[in-house]
Amino acid sequence: MDIRPKIETQNLNFYYGTKQALRNISLACADRRVTAIIGPSGCGKSTFIRTLNRMNDVLLRTRTEGEIWLDGENINAPGIDVVELRKRVGMVFQKPNPFPKSIFDNVAYGLRINDGRNRFKIEEVVEKSLIEAALWDEVKDRLKENAFSLSGGQQQRLCIARALAVEPEVILFDEPCSAIDPTATAKIEDLIMKLKKDYTVVIVTHNMQQAARVSDFTAFMMLGDLIEFDKTETIFTNPANKLTEDYITGRFG
Amino acid sequence: MKKKKVVQFIGFFLLRVSLYVVLAILLLFLYDIGRKGGGAISWEFISQPPRRGMTEGGIFPAIMGTFLVTMVTAVLAIPLGMFAAIYLNEYAKQTRLTRIIRLSIRNLSGVPSIVYGLFGVILFVNILKFGTSILSAGLTLGLLTLPWTITASEEALKTIPNSYREGALALGATKWQAIRTNVLPYAIPGMLTGTVLGLARAAGETAPILFTGAAFYLPYLPKSLSDQFMALPYHLYIMATQHHAIQQVRPLAYGTALVLIVLVLGLNMTAIIVRYRMRRKRRW
Amino acid sequence: MRWFKKGRWRQSSSLVFQLIETFWGGEGEDLPHSGEKSASLKSLRGKRTLARWKESAVKAFFFANGILAIIVLIGIFGILLSTAIPAFKEIPLAEFAKKTWDPTSPEKAQYGLLSMIVSTLMCTAGALLIAIPLGLGVAAYLSDVAHWRVREIVKPIVEILAGIPSVVTGFLGIVLFGPVIAKIFHTGHGLNAVNGSFLLAIMSLPTIISISEDSLNAVPSAYAEASLALGGSKWQTLVRVKVPAALSGIIASFMLGMGRAIGETMTVLMATGNARSFPHGFLDSIRTMTANIAIELGEVPYYTTHYYALFAIGLVLFIMTFIVNMIADVILNKYQQREL
Repeated sequence: MDIRPKIETQNLNFYYGTKQALRNISLACADRRVTAIIGPSGCGKSTFIRTLNRMNDVLLRTRTEGEIWLDGENINAPGIDVVELRKRVGMVFQKPNPFPKSIFDNVAYGLRINDGRNRFKIEEVVEKSLIEAALWDEVKDRLKENAFSLSGGQQQRLCIARALAVEPEVILFDEPCSAIDPTATAKIEDLIMKLKKDYTVVIVTHNMQQAARVSDFTAFMMLGDLIEFDKTETIFTNPANKLTEDYITGRFG
Repeated sequence: MKKKKVVQFIGFFLLRVSLYVVLAILLLFLYDIGRKGGGAISWEFISQPPRRGMTEGGIFPAIMGTFLVTMVTAVLAIPLGMFAAIYLNEYAKQTRLTRIIRLSIRNLSGVPSIVYGLFGVILFVNILKFGTSILSAGLTLGLLTLPWTITASEEALKTIPNSYREGALALGATKWQAIRTNVLPYAIPGMLTGTVLGLARAAGETAPILFTGAAFYLPYLPKSLSDQFMALPYHLYIMATQHHAIQQVRPLAYGTALVLIVLVLGLNMTAIIVRYRMRRKRRW
Repeated sequence: MRWFKKGRWRQSSSLVFQLIETFWGGEGEDLPHSGEKSASLKSLRGKRTLARWKESAVKAFFFANGILAIIVLIGIFGILLSTAIPAFKEIPLAEFAKKTWDPTSPEKAQYGLLSMIVSTLMCTAGALLIAIPLGLGVAAYLSDVAHWRVREIVKPIVEILAGIPSVVTGFLGIVLFGPVIAKIFHTGHGLNAVNGSFLLAIMSLPTIISISEDSLNAVPSAYAEASLALGGSKWQTLVRVKVPAALSGIIASFMLGMGRAIGETMTVLMATGNARSFPHGFLDSIRTMTANIAIELGEVPYYTTHYYALFAIGLVLFIMTFIVNMIADVILNKYQQREL
């Protein structure tokens, strides 16, 4: 069947100063699917994912060229409201980055800054998001505790809940499991697979097994180039490109 | 091989001696003032105005004057310093203008304090017509403190991890929302401690207030910000060099020096200790 | 319309998709292909203009505070210059180069700055002579010899030294060091350039210690390790590798200490005797530029040549410290760039 691209880049180039970090990336991430981006470190995969919600804007001396279409609208065009964009394209970072607030306030953060001052609505959304992030049972009795009291894996799920609370359409995961232990990683992978029912997920990972387990589509990047993009199954069983094959068979990386 | 060791021994010994010399000077300072000033301190000394041509009585008006002028300094320097630091650390890009701003700040901190005094005389006393007053002196000291408060506030902002800013932005916060809700609340304690260090130095300054509002002797406390005032450092200067019976009032001068140093170093040490504690307690 | 809001709308639409998926199966799907771009229901444009306006207003506000430092610096220079200009108009420049400063002389007012400038430079030089070996020694001790615990204790103590008000240092110069100096050098009183140099040395020590130590610490440990691996002792490593590598930072610290010494007022005002004559040695009483301003500005009638001339001294002082600080800055910047 035909599936619709939710977010799609066309001839995307990105520069840190004079150094080009992304070269002509054209990649479509399917609506309500998981798209994984793999590649050796320094290949630009994190840079790529950060262009999708324009998080790279905050970096100095960078430049983005090309188009990124979110539901048919170019988010790289001038006049785009990045705040609105980031509400629709949420992000979970490499290292869990809970704010030094209570668990509840962490999840409520996005709601409070965006509009809602309605306490009941906030409570409702916080609970719903925590349930969605599979964290509710572990924290429901200690919502007032500081988020730093949670374990690393719990902190990361808290960050996922925090992103979900804003009700985004796309969620970007930037190596979400690189800083946490295997058990916690398994929980987060389960979670990602559930999330694709409602959300478009893009995940950057250096862990090929993880990409194989959670994703529907996989893109392989190297040195700023998109080498190959296909269904995950194809990439891992029958890659078209020699480089991809070498990478997934562990000849470098 | 042996010679090498001897040279190293002597070298390190000399380095250690230099440290001891510096510490000894500091101790000598504090000891002399503590011992001779301690004798002059009494409740009367702290709570009474000077009497009999400043040969007796206390230094209460000078304490109050220094307190009031430091308040004015704080009101000017704390917010301006914080705002400038927020601009530099959160908004400024690495442009030529930013470099010029930073250069100016470093240069301002090297401008002699007496030059600030001259500037204050013209700008605050003459042009703005605040007269020789608490206001003029406080504002002059405020400008003098500005480079320190900016630097200290920026240091505090730098300790806030970037992930707080990015995390908030990724949730759809505007830049200012991210700063206001997710950076400043955690940076303000550090900003304030750093600023207190600057204020302590301002409280001990003499040269900038010589001509902007400090008075030789006032029989009353200042009633408004446009009054002149007595100040501890200026009072010490008077008692040490300008008094008609210098030898007779030595104990009073020592007492004034002790009060001044306790005040300034007390503020300093509080800030240093608080900062040290905060660093250890910090979770990020 | 609430029903249409994003959350629920998406949930129910996703239900439809799930149904479709169960009928056609998720496995047989193609790659997402580039579709035609149709404007979506929820545009990212043109919203929140008020909020965006507020955002730029906030930024402009902080920017205004940010450039304040430039304004103040230019303001100080401008005010000094404009107030000093009448002095330059009324006094020939050659007059400033003479030795005698006597603006209140009933016969002929004289405005020679040379004695004051020499006094300032003398005191500064004396201060650096004492402070440089001492400060560098402490810095090297802290960075290379001392246990980290000692460093943790000593660094705040150095900050305390920096926090002692200059008027207190000057007072101690009178009561503590003056008599000692008088006894050692057999002068009638100890209020002279030696005393001033000593006090200024103490005042510039914290600057020299902390910046030198920072630059010694910033030397990449690989340098020291290489030297040690080649059989150099710790002392040799310090003297031949680390100090040369950190030299620019160390020199910058001397410059900054020098800037402090030139501009310091109260200590020299109180402890150097304030004699207006040209100094012939360190045991002479001297009067620096700063002290002269402090002494005379309080008594001079406003808007007289004398008054303007005092601002001219201030201007000279400002320019001198500005140049010294700029040199320090250039040296420091060079060194930081090399670090990168």
